[in-house]
Amino acid sequence: MPLQRSRADAAASGGGDVADFVALMKPRVMSLVLFTALTGLVAAPGAMHPVLAMAALICIAIGAGASGALNMWYDADIDALMTRTARRPLPSGRITAHEALTFGTVLSIGSVLCLGAMVNWSAAALLALTIGFYIFVYTMWLKRRTPQNIVIGGAAGAFPPMVGWAAATGAVSLDSVLLFAIIFMWTPPHFWALALVRTRDYERAGIPMLPVVAGPDETRRQILLYSILLAPLATVPAFTGLGGTVYAGVSFVLGLVFLILAADVYRVREGAPADRAAKRLFSFSIFYLFLLFAIILAEHTFGLVGGS
Amino acid sequence: MIRVMELDDETRRKQRKRSIAIALALGALALLFFIVTIVRLGSNVANRPF
Repeated sequence: MPLQRSRADAAASGGGDVADFVALMKPRVMSLVLFTALTGLVAAPGAMHPVLAMAALICIAIGAGASGALNMWYDADIDALMTRTARRPLPSGRITAHEALTFGTVLSIGSVLCLGAMVNWSAAALLALTIGFYIFVYTMWLKRRTPQNIVIGGAAGAFPPMVGWAAATGAVSLDSVLLFAIIFMWTPPHFWALALVRTRDYERAGIPMLPVVAGPDETRRQILLYSILLAPLATVPAFTGLGGTVYAGVSFVLGLVFLILAADVYRVREGAPADRAAKRLFSFSIFYLFLLFAIILAEHTFGLVGGS
Repeated sequence: MIRVMELDDETRRKQRKRSIAIALALGALALLFFIVTIVRLGSNVANRPF
């Protein structure tokens, strides 16, 4: 008998391509997670065997992708309402809810178990915490309920360097918490700058982003406040030995630019120039975080910092 | 009664691609576990007591 399936079986699949399942893992978020995890892994004291480092990074990336898939499974209803997300595999019907849930669950559990078995269980526990926090705390609990969603949910995005650090050392340290804190403080101004431009999208989907709930003026105030906390915090690695001379200089100068752009967002409130200011801060915030981590990564790779 | 029907070519092609992707992923995982095992044993492989 040739390979055949019943109609019911065929309907259980959305008929998605391999590319749809890759999209389900949010590859762009995955690459960011990979990059910050790599930085944590390389910046951690002691040498790690390159094969183990690679295995750790693969597990972390898969874990991040799995939580992306679970997030898309849970948020399919609101993704369908926003222009930015309406073409994702679930709202467009190429992958069924059941497929996404299975895919995400299997990869979540698999990535944690593999990381524990191959590298160490502290890193695996932190990876499980990251995935759990993103799904249960951010996606299911906070995202639709409170404008503080991204403040607390941002912790999920801030964990990866700690997971990388734990993969290398088996422990958590002050410096790894510092990497966490920088991403944690960076998240609110980054996302609120985007939310200022996309307020109507979030409004339509009923997501209580800060500009929707508290208005753009309060959002601008909060962006400025977090920026004032972030800029000095991001220079601290230069004093703990985590960052070297290059990091000290760059974090100081870029921190000033970040503050100036945040002040622009605070000051310019009307029409197209206000949108432009918010977009500028949003784009710069990505460059800022990327460069800070890239410098820490480079300084440790080339031995430009004492003690590594 | 179970009704069995042919899948159309497009669906079957995608299904086949998914199956191959899963096979490759499982193969890669097995290989990774093998290499990591060798690395973790390291020089101790030579230190067997017999």
